[in-house]
Amino acid sequence: MRKGMNPDLYREEWQWQEGDVTVTRSCQWSGPGCHQGCNVLFYTKDDKLVKIEGDPRSPVNDGRLCMRCLAMVEAVNHPDRILYPLRRVGARGENKWERISLDEAYSTIVEKAQEVTETYGPKSIATGLGTGRNATWQTSSLAFAGFKTPNDTAGMLSGDACYTPRLQAMNAIFGSDFIADCGQLTPDRFDDDEFRRPDVVINWACNPIVSNADGFFGHWIVDCMRHGSRLFVVDTRLTWMAAHADIWLQPRPGTDAAVALGICNVMIQEGLYDQDFCEKWVYGLDALAERAARYTPEVVEKISWVPAEKIIAAARYLGSCGTTALQWGLPLDQTKWAVGASQAVAAVQVLTGNIDVPGGFVNVKYGHVQSDIRENICKGMGKQIREGRLGDGKYALRTVGFGPHSMSDDILLAMETGEPYPIKMLFLCSTNTFINMGAESKRIYEAMQNVDFCVVCDLFMTPTAAGCADIILPIAMGCERWGIRAWFTPLRMINKILQAGEARGDEEIMLDLGRRLNPDMFFWDSVPEMNEFVMNNLSTWPDPVSWKELQEKSVIYPRFKYRKYETGDMRFDRQPGFNTTTGRIELFCTMYDMAGIDPLPFFREPTSSPISSPEEFKDYPLILTTGRRSWEFFHSEHRQLKSMREFHPWPLMEIHPDDAAPLGIEDGDWVYLENMHGRCKQVAMVTSTQLRGTVMAEHGWWFPERSGKADDGLFGGFDSNINCLTVMNDMAQAGYGAPYKTQICKVYKVEDGTEPQTMLPENLGTNGFELVNAENWR
Amino acid sequence: MTQYGLLIDYEFCTGCHTCEMACKVEHGFAEGEWGIKLMQNGPTEVAPDVWEFNYIPVPTKRCDLCADRVAEGRLPTCVHHCQALVMEYGPVEELARQIAKPYMVLFVPDGAKRAVAEGSLA
Repeated sequence: MRKGMNPDLYREEWQWQEGDVTVTRSCQWSGPGCHQGCNVLFYTKDDKLVKIEGDPRSPVNDGRLCMRCLAMVEAVNHPDRILYPLRRVGARGENKWERISLDEAYSTIVEKAQEVTETYGPKSIATGLGTGRNATWQTSSLAFAGFKTPNDTAGMLSGDACYTPRLQAMNAIFGSDFIADCGQLTPDRFDDDEFRRPDVVINWACNPIVSNADGFFGHWIVDCMRHGSRLFVVDTRLTWMAAHADIWLQPRPGTDAAVALGICNVMIQEGLYDQDFCEKWVYGLDALAERAARYTPEVVEKISWVPAEKIIAAARYLGSCGTTALQWGLPLDQTKWAVGASQAVAAVQVLTGNIDVPGGFVNVKYGHVQSDIRENICKGMGKQIREGRLGDGKYALRTVGFGPHSMSDDILLAMETGEPYPIKMLFLCSTNTFINMGAESKRIYEAMQNVDFCVVCDLFMTPTAAGCADIILPIAMGCERWGIRAWFTPLRMINKILQAGEARGDEEIMLDLGRRLNPDMFFWDSVPEMNEFVMNNLSTWPDPVSWKELQEKSVIYPRFKYRKYETGDMRFDRQPGFNTTTGRIELFCTMYDMAGIDPLPFFREPTSSPISSPEEFKDYPLILTTGRRSWEFFHSEHRQLKSMREFHPWPLMEIHPDDAAPLGIEDGDWVYLENMHGRCKQVAMVTSTQLRGTVMAEHGWWFPERSGKADDGLFGGFDSNINCLTVMNDMAQAGYGAPYKTQICKVYKVEDGTEPQTMLPENLGTNGFELVNAENWR
Repeated sequence: MTQYGLLIDYEFCTGCHTCEMACKVEHGFAEGEWGIKLMQNGPTEVAPDVWEFNYIPVPTKRCDLCADRVAEGRLPTCVHHCQALVMEYGPVEELARQIAKPYMVLFVPDGAKRAVAEGSLA
């Protein structure tokens, strides 16, 4: 319990009464989406959510909440929510719908799936999901065991460029997953006997206080700072964390690998690495030293624009600063050469020797509950279900690599060309494909028009739903569904408190459809029954836990152990060492070497850059990055909330004053960003936090306040959509990583009068869609 | 009567807007109305490679230190929800004693009720 909180008001039970208000402890995950899943108290009265507070008894967030959770009452009770199943009326893009029964919706989906299966085969059905929603295992389970197709896309994200490349790199180097230890692994946190806060948090290509990505609550780092931790930051933008760092390096986008290799080189040359640790536990140090030797500080300066003396200072700092914890981020994934770059950054952490020690970079083997559930449902399907998966055989790593997803880029090609087989049905859960994750937005939208039958499950009418769906299923928000949350630790209970219309959790939709499609594999009568089964069969959870026990405790932490490589707790055969072929940390990856992939960390130029495409760069002389997060929005969500739009009314692009001035661009001007792939318009934020010669533009923008008809622009879905300027199918040999953060563009003022004329958006909450049988709505 | 205030350790305020949003939700403030407002200083390079980039949340005339919540036994909602855990509520003399490090500031909001009674806030 957090200090200063009243135990009579924040009680121990998972549910209690305060007069006529019921208070229920839960985890808000999700929708709307989030990568974390903080513990909250939902206050309900007369079957309505009236208040939310952070749970001060939770060691996860200590009662704290971000502004999006504080907007939950507004979101749950929002007038634009889809509460019942809808069937399209008229042509796609008219945004005209009729309410139908759940039974009719399910029957239609099952009939269509059978039609496609009989005519084209099951693989012509693809499912898809959005990131950070409680929808990440349901679609793949339904794909494998229900529709019997291996094709599940991560929201049309090119190259699975979100954490997967870093996970692949860690799999290569360590044979398991590692995360920064900021005291989040035990309920006692800073009072834990073994834990000591990191001396330095290495924040590499990551602004975790805003993104909270990869199951990591960013303010855990701020907690460490309050306890004396220092920061080392590598970021193209001057973030709050960068400004508070002892050392901040500001590389050109896409050159992190060169910076990391440059640091490795100096650390090795000057003996600034943990020699004892490396001698015992590291394989391939000499090979790394040889590779890194090409990256002298002067060479690195030329590539990355980071001054040579700063590379030297960085290496000396990291080699002498004590315990370091690496917290890294998406920009490493969102380059073409993501796996090699991630290996390079991990190598810096390895050289410090701070591996699986308190306050270091630690191995967490448990908490992959979502994969566990999928395994439980799909294990009876056998390996043949995977055969013919789109993208397999084409990329060296994808064929052997883990992960449930089919290659989005190849699904796109199949939708466009019908090769190697056509995609005839899409079943999409909580993904706003061409607004958010998919690059080349218009191309994906047009390809989706080739698909005969599309189902979209979501909270609100999105451009993806309005433009492509034939059936829409209503999705429950976090307080309207049963569930289990864990990503690493702890295990968290999601309690169903309310029912909104006929909105369903993704689990329930999966079960309802699964029972109709393949009853042998979906044999549970309800979601709680399924969850109880799953909890008893978690291969990645060390101790048995019952559903009821989890509900009573709300959060459960398994015992965490450090230095598992000494005890045999890290390897499959229980021998000391790491879970790799050599039993050591493989800076030279033997598995990659056998697969014909570069076994060492490496740097390559992006496809579009001043060096690799100098002619194009003359026309588009600014480097463009996208995807940095905002406090107010989770990807393409939250745009319909008045509160969030007051804080953040319009899409922002950031540009340095020295780049803005010659273009006549002033802070607050609407500007076009344009390159060889397309253009969009956003509001310029002229700021010295941006690296000269680069611009950052926000992703995920659409305008729920505008008309959703395709003729009127589909909620303005292509007006400010930065993925009009990004590309699909520009992948490395690995098949993981895509160049979202290494495009080029030009910028000029909007002078055609098409920009919004008001300070704040108007008509929010009135414009969702047209319902032809309106009397049937509520 | 004991005077209460808000002590803010702005060395670690990350500018997350939680205090502003929590306050708006708690008091039902309309667009443009704020009980606490985040101020930004910087980023400015004050010496080579030394940056000043601070946020400070400043309570406004509408701040009543969450009188209703406090009467129930709760903390002001900004203090409860602050993501960086940099806000403390209490009697100003106690808070003043907690100022044991640099970059802290103690605010003593006047209480919105009097201001409303005087007609300065609609």
